Amino acid sequence: MEKKEKHKGCQCDCGFTRRGFLSSMGAGAVALAASGKIVTPAAAAGVKAPMDSLSIQLMINGRSQRLLVEPRWSLLYVLREHLGLTGVKIGCERGECGACTVLINDIPRYGCLTLAVEAEGSKITTLEGLMQGEDLGPVQQAFVEKDAFQCGYCTPGQIMAVEGLLRAKPRPSVAEIQREVSGNLCRCGAYVNIFKAADRAAELKRS
Amino acid sequence: MMPNFSYIRPESLQEAITHLGSADARLHAGGTDLLPCLRDQVFDAKKVVSINGINDLRSIQETEDGSLRIGALTTITEVAENPLIRERYAALAQAAAEVASPQLRHQGTIGGNLCQKPRCWYYRGEFHCLRKGGKICYAKGGENQFHCIFGGKGCYIVHPSDTAPPLAAFAAKINIVGPKGKRTVEAAVFHVEPSKDVTRETVLEPAEIVTEILLPRPLQGLRSSYRKVRARQAWDFALAGVALVLQFQGNKVTKGRVVLCGAAPVPWRSYEVEKVVIGSALDDATISRAAAAAVKNAKPLEKNDYKIPLFQGMLEEELQKIKNG
Repeated sequence: MEKKEKHKGCQCDCGFTRRGFLSSMGAGAVALAASGKIVTPAAAAGVKAPMDSLSIQLMINGRSQRLLVEPRWSLLYVLREHLGLTGVKIGCERGECGACTVLINDIPRYGCLTLAVEAEGSKITTLEGLMQGEDLGPVQQAFVEKDAFQCGYCTPGQIMAVEGLLRAKPRPSVAEIQREVSGNLCRCGAYVNIFKAADRAAELKRS
Repeated sequence: MMPNFSYIRPESLQEAITHLGSADARLHAGGTDLLPCLRDQVFDAKKVVSINGINDLRSIQETEDGSLRIGALTTITEVAENPLIRERYAALAQAAAEVASPQLRHQGTIGGNLCQKPRCWYYRGEFHCLRKGGKICYAKGGENQFHCIFGGKGCYIVHPSDTAPPLAAFAAKINIVGPKGKRTVEAAVFHVEPSKDVTRETVLEPAEIVTEILLPRPLQGLRSSYRKVRARQAWDFALAGVALVLQFQGNKVTKGRVVLCGAAPVPWRSYEVEKVVIGSALDDATISRAAAAAVKNAKPLEKNDYKIPLFQGMLEEELQKIKNG
């Protein structure tokens, strides 16, 4: 107990929280990307305009962001590697596992199969966007309450799939829940509790 | 990371066709099949032409004569949930609801579902197979448990689309535009059998684009259904499937089409089943004969003969269901 408090105190003293670390990482990555563009081989190889970085506007977790992206960059890559939104997980990168699920205009989609340029002008919601300040959002809270994970790797994707379902349908049946999270694999097999969590999340959102 | 490509999102079909005319240009609709193919280097793209800026291709409309026009960019979810499609073309709505996973249905388009590339693991893997311009089909003497039992010649894929069989069964038409103008093709002949050309899946010529699907107005007494059997309950392709579109007069079938899925390199019209059921009352004896006829001419490979009892049993169940309305 004492040790834990001391540790907590230490974090406060240096003003260095995990969240702060991640967002500074994000900023760093953006800076790197911007400087990286100058040395990108695309221009050197004499490639025409479409190959160059394109400027796109995205509304990410309620914040409008202008980004320079290469045509081949997936939304997953941009969110994770350039914005530090590591709630978006890399799984199969072929649309089979659901770890990279994000909401695009409130609809769950795979970040790995969406080119960032194709998302231009869209409203993107990632796990980070479900936080209510420092508190967990209702779906996140429900996953904790119902112990809906073991290793936790698929959890952000599962939560986003449930979030998307509840935005479209606030009172889903068990069959609807099972169907709507069927695009998200859980290798630990926490499915039963994931279904319970989705049901609990619907309750929490209504209350 | 995918190999590099240039990207363009034109706002008109004409512009898109022009861009698709350049070497190694690939069309992007939903992107759910294109991106994995590029990532796995099944084929290359120097230029990706996104047609998502062409909003005319994104609608479901009833026309004056009562037929239905579905824009090629309509998502699979929209097809599955559209009230008119659910009411009049139940088999199509059911098939769309069975496609892949929710996320893929939200993104994938009906046009793309028809034009997707084969899912054979040799084709998708690092095998220079016959379909990719190589010399042999690796599936024929290899791991062929998910391959075809009809129509294999040279190549033994099954066509992966869930929506193509009901579209063929409803006698839908597909509108296409390209460098030479517009043309219309019957959905039933949109896909190309390997015996005709092993290197192509559809009748599309270079730079041609599927723009719309037209479904004829159904007559009174039309019943339809789609059944998909897969190895697990979610997110998988069909081991066996069938689209039934039958016109009933009382308990008698007057006309209709039966199209199999997971059976052949193209959506496979079962003339054998049609011959048994059309003109007959759909009673138990007819159903048994029809189900047996479905697999009579099947030519299974070494590891997929389980598909024969599977198709037979599935046909029997589905015909019983449709009989009871």
